[in-house]
Amino acid sequence: MSSYRLSHLSALEAESVHIIREAVAEGERPVLLFSGGKDSAVLLWLAMKAFHPARLPFPVMHVDTGHNFPEVLDFRDRVVAGLGAELVVASVQEAIDEGRVVEETGPRASRNRLQTEPLLKAITDNRFDVVFGGGRRDEEKARAKERVFSFRDEFGQWDPKNQRPELWSLYNGRHRVGEHLRVFPISNWTEADIWQYIERENIELPSVYFSHRRMVFERDGMLMADSDHIERFDHEQVFEAVVRFRTVGDMSCTGGFASTAATVAEIIAEVSASRITERGASRADDLTAEAAMEDRKREGYF
Amino acid sequence: MSVELVRLATTGSVDDGKSTLIGRMLYDTKQIFQDQMEAIELASKNRGTDYVDLALLTDGLRAEREQGITIDVAYRYFATPKRKFVLADTPGHIQYTRNMVTGASTADIALVLVDARAGILEQTRRHAFIASLLRVPHLVLCVNKMDLVDYSEERYNEIVEEFTEFATRLDIHDLRFVPVSALHGDNVVDESERTPWYAGPSVLHLLENIYVASDRNLIDVRFPVQYVVRPHRMEYQDYRGYAGTVVGGVLKPGDDVRVLPSGFEGKIKGIDTYDGPVDEAVPPMSVTIRLENDLDISRGDMICRPHNQPEVGQDIDAMVCWLTDASSLRRGAKYAIKHTTRWARALVGDLRYRLDINTLHRDEEADLLSLNEIGRIRLRTTQPLFYDEYRRNRETGSFILVDESTNATVAAGMILGAAQ
Repeated sequence: MSSYRLSHLSALEAESVHIIREAVAEGERPVLLFSGGKDSAVLLWLAMKAFHPARLPFPVMHVDTGHNFPEVLDFRDRVVAGLGAELVVASVQEAIDEGRVVEETGPRASRNRLQTEPLLKAITDNRFDVVFGGGRRDEEKARAKERVFSFRDEFGQWDPKNQRPELWSLYNGRHRVGEHLRVFPISNWTEADIWQYIERENIELPSVYFSHRRMVFERDGMLMADSDHIERFDHEQVFEAVVRFRTVGDMSCTGGFASTAATVAEIIAEVSASRITERGASRADDLTAEAAMEDRKREGYF
Repeated sequence: MSVELVRLATTGSVDDGKSTLIGRMLYDTKQIFQDQMEAIELASKNRGTDYVDLALLTDGLRAEREQGITIDVAYRYFATPKRKFVLADTPGHIQYTRNMVTGASTADIALVLVDARAGILEQTRRHAFIASLLRVPHLVLCVNKMDLVDYSEERYNEIVEEFTEFATRLDIHDLRFVPVSALHGDNVVDESERTPWYAGPSVLHLLENIYVASDRNLIDVRFPVQYVVRPHRMEYQDYRGYAGTVVGGVLKPGDDVRVLPSGFEGKIKGIDTYDGPVDEAVPPMSVTIRLENDLDISRGDMICRPHNQPEVGQDIDAMVCWLTDASSLRRGAKYAIKHTTRWARALVGDLRYRLDINTLHRDEEADLLSLNEIGRIRLRTTQPLFYDEYRRNRETGSFILVDESTNATVAAGMILGAAQ
């Protein structure tokens, strides 16, 4: 009977594929949020598997802060072209230029929070009603409480106190015009699962995940990539280091650390020995407040 | 060796030492990270508590932290070399019954805690009842705080006896007991020397070894069609596949199948995945089935075997748990119903009784079900459902009711059978 037993990765994959198909079947205009990070790379891979041999039945959307790692943008374009999928770009720069959002200034300026406006605008303009995201419950405590099918009202808001109960594998995708659902197919995956799956499936990732030489400066115990996008304090000296990034977001809010892990197998070994969570290790934005993520999510953030 | 995915539900209050037990398992399996530990140490100190409150790990919402309570199901993850666990941790108070029902709906194993000093309380019975109602296949009763009863074998046996007696009224097919001190770590991860009279395994050892693979129904083939795959690509011009998740039985190429509601019969030509065709598909695999002949099949249809098909009907008896405080369930009300991959509308024909989940007393005079209440109803649906009794198959035996004006999920249902 042992052949009837699924490995945990196969069981997680089956659950995610089920969720993706269910959301597409119940929605009118789905879209998949793709940042170029490892979680969205896995999500996109799962979506491709879910509809094989048909092509991806929905476009891919990137919220571009204008401060992305160039390697990540290259990766994004290559992957999307490889799938023959349509790419929708929601631009933070455009939102700033049009005066819809106001840019923060100073060395701590981040465009992270500014992503919400162009994201919601793109959802409205394109009439997307199912928006796939790569959020995982193990990565952050507000995410841990979010549903797989997470309802958003006409303002894109999340109301954590008024979520739809989710039982068995019965997902409720009903919504009215103007409302949408954020759907998180990899809710039950952990960082370790993601890496093991990347290894098993041989999923391509942007090069910044792997050890490389780079000009950096130190801030809050993290090694930030030196670039035109971040203003440095006077005491912050730039030096060259061998680093990698454990999560990949915008350059202004993603910190790296010294690492020689150059392959997925070496990363798995490094992650399993780590005593710090990936957000604690690499996300400047979450260090600011205990409820930073919940507050952003209420406004309509990822 | 491959790692197996196992889903747990824990329930109980802080008083039972549940957080301590979970915290210890997470800590001892190295799932709590340094920055998380520092954050909750700091948060505990800010709140003036003199112990590290592990609930702060997952009580992520502002309202939860402000009020110091767990409002929602908290999902936690931990892994051992043998298994990866998805743990749905639910608060134990009666006003959170709906959270318990949610957590138990997918669980392979339920962990119920009792305080060895207090013994079996009303809430213990309620937790056990919910686990049995939701058909969690394995129930582990952790008799906690054994240190406070001097690791007394006699006290432990009293509790085991009392619970076993109560459990005969429920439908629990695998019941285990472990004497535990979560605070001191006795029988949590390692077997304790302070309970020499207990020859059984520790809690973690049980969780790692309870055989869960056989809990799936591998007899009755059930494949609700989720999505029809039509590639519209030159190389797959005539491809027509039925994508879905196997929720019962074993499907193989060459098998004869029947499709509901049409009743058409055919043969499986192939079972596809992205990684190539497979020789067989079992629960909970997500696959795409091709048939030899062209049949008109769409989402919501059910593929089964010609001589083993689910019940087909529109008049159904079910147990339901009401999930919202915005309204109550009443006779004559209409809802949207989702069952497998099928939506229909349902009319509540009758509320047979409301169950007192503490005493199991049936109140046949009840005329409504409010938040957290459980009762037996009769439903009439606009279209036939293809269902099994919930006790035979949790996937084809469950449904949700949705309020058509708000689109909120208002009830969780477990099918008993055709209306009597």
